[in-house]
Amino acid sequence: MRSTKLNGNSKIIAKSFNLFYGEFQALKNINVEIPQNAITSIIGPSGCGKSTFLRSINRMNELIPGVRVDGDILLDNEDIFAQDVVELRKRVGMVFQRPNPFPKSIFDNVAYGPRAHGLKNKVLLEEIVERSLTAAALWDEVKDILSRSGLALSGGQQQRLCIARALAVEPQVILMDEPASALDPIATLKIEELIQNLKKEYTIVIVTHNMQQAARASDYTMVFNMNPDRSGYIIEYGKTTQVFTNPREKITEDYISGRFG
Amino acid sequence: MPRETLDSKLTQIQNEIFLLGSMVEQAILDATNTLKTRDLKEAHRIYEEDAIINEKRYALENAIIILLATQQPFARDLRLLAAMLLVVNELERMADYAKGIAKININLGNSDIDIPVRDFQKMAEQSVSMLHRGLTAFIEQNPNLAAAIPKEDDLVDEMYTKIYHNTIQYAIANPSHMDEANDILWIAHNLERFADRITNICERTIFITTGELMEMSSNDDEEYLAE
Repeated sequence: MRSTKLNGNSKIIAKSFNLFYGEFQALKNINVEIPQNAITSIIGPSGCGKSTFLRSINRMNELIPGVRVDGDILLDNEDIFAQDVVELRKRVGMVFQRPNPFPKSIFDNVAYGPRAHGLKNKVLLEEIVERSLTAAALWDEVKDILSRSGLALSGGQQQRLCIARALAVEPQVILMDEPASALDPIATLKIEELIQNLKKEYTIVIVTHNMQQAARASDYTMVFNMNPDRSGYIIEYGKTTQVFTNPREKITEDYISGRFG
Repeated sequence: MPRETLDSKLTQIQNEIFLLGSMVEQAILDATNTLKTRDLKEAHRIYEEDAIINEKRYALENAIIILLATQQPFARDLRLLAAMLLVVNELERMADYAKGIAKININLGNSDIDIPVRDFQKMAEQSVSMLHRGLTAFIEQNPNLAAAIPKEDDLVDEMYTKIYHNTIQYAIANPSHMDEANDILWIAHNLERFADRITNICERTIFITTGELMEMSSNDDEEYLAE
């Protein structure tokens, strides 16, 4: 892979990062810098470590027994493995493939994080809920039904609720693992529009199997591939416009042209 | 095979572009040969049959747009389809030059002006040779073959310049034949522009294979303006 550093300030830097599930090495020698206030998509064939890398950025993989890492991941030049994991996850939020609102009211879903971090002031909570739902482009649709269950919303609304829930703790980075794959095309476009607006304030990293989505919605594209020993590595990383019109690597070309994967 | 549909449709369109190119080659050769025979019925046929080329161009454009919409290609596939759109447009415009020559032939009617038929035929033959190889390079996506062609355009430009000077001299000596001399200049101009457009096709071949949009200028327009 030729370039690991792109334009702009790097929010997240991985240096010689390796990850093992027991004996199996899932990520090999990841060196990459993810720019601040931009949307970076991660694409690549199944099983090449995209989600594993994404989940490394807020140390979600530590929940899996037998996981071992070496090398560094830096957030604002600070080692994420030397930080309190709760504080890290406050700074690095996550949105998953399937919308997973808690079986609570819309209000309580969004207020959940701030409350867990000790905030009790009702006025402040209300402010945060409104601000987060507005930022997640959901406020107008739910402002009159805040006490209704989050599960009563449509799939697309649920996913925006989950984004609002992630925003409520004022993270700096939002990780998204296939955030629109369970949604219809209109709900998908809404999410894509939403993340375009969010990048002004946040750094967004999104794993997607949908090549059109990566092409439409991201500024930078990182292409993962698999070594013969099945460990994942980054084959190419560049501006999305370059990767999808004139990729440097044949493997990228073959993958995005549907020749394998 | 995941790409069977896309690959077979791409091949089909490439074959059709090659066929369109053959029609254009035939049209320009016929148009110049008819300047020799002065067969005006044949000139009318060439003029009318340009419509067939136009139709084929639109059919191809449509097929390309459908593939773009339905297959949403990336990378080389995308560059190929974008290049195809431009190449079918070039071919259609080239056919218009043949049509234009047929029209001038008809306009000349039974004028007794001395048409430099041999030079026109040479220009057409040289252009057709370049076009044929240019399209072969395009279809085979062969950048080396494509890169070698534009400089041959100089031969066509030289012939154009020669005809231009001769015709101007003729016009000065025969002011009563000014209109016919002007017609001769237009024929030369059409053939010269026909050849220029082959360079555009070659540029697209380079674009498909490298992703770079570069001008392979054969020394045409600026020098022409400076004259």
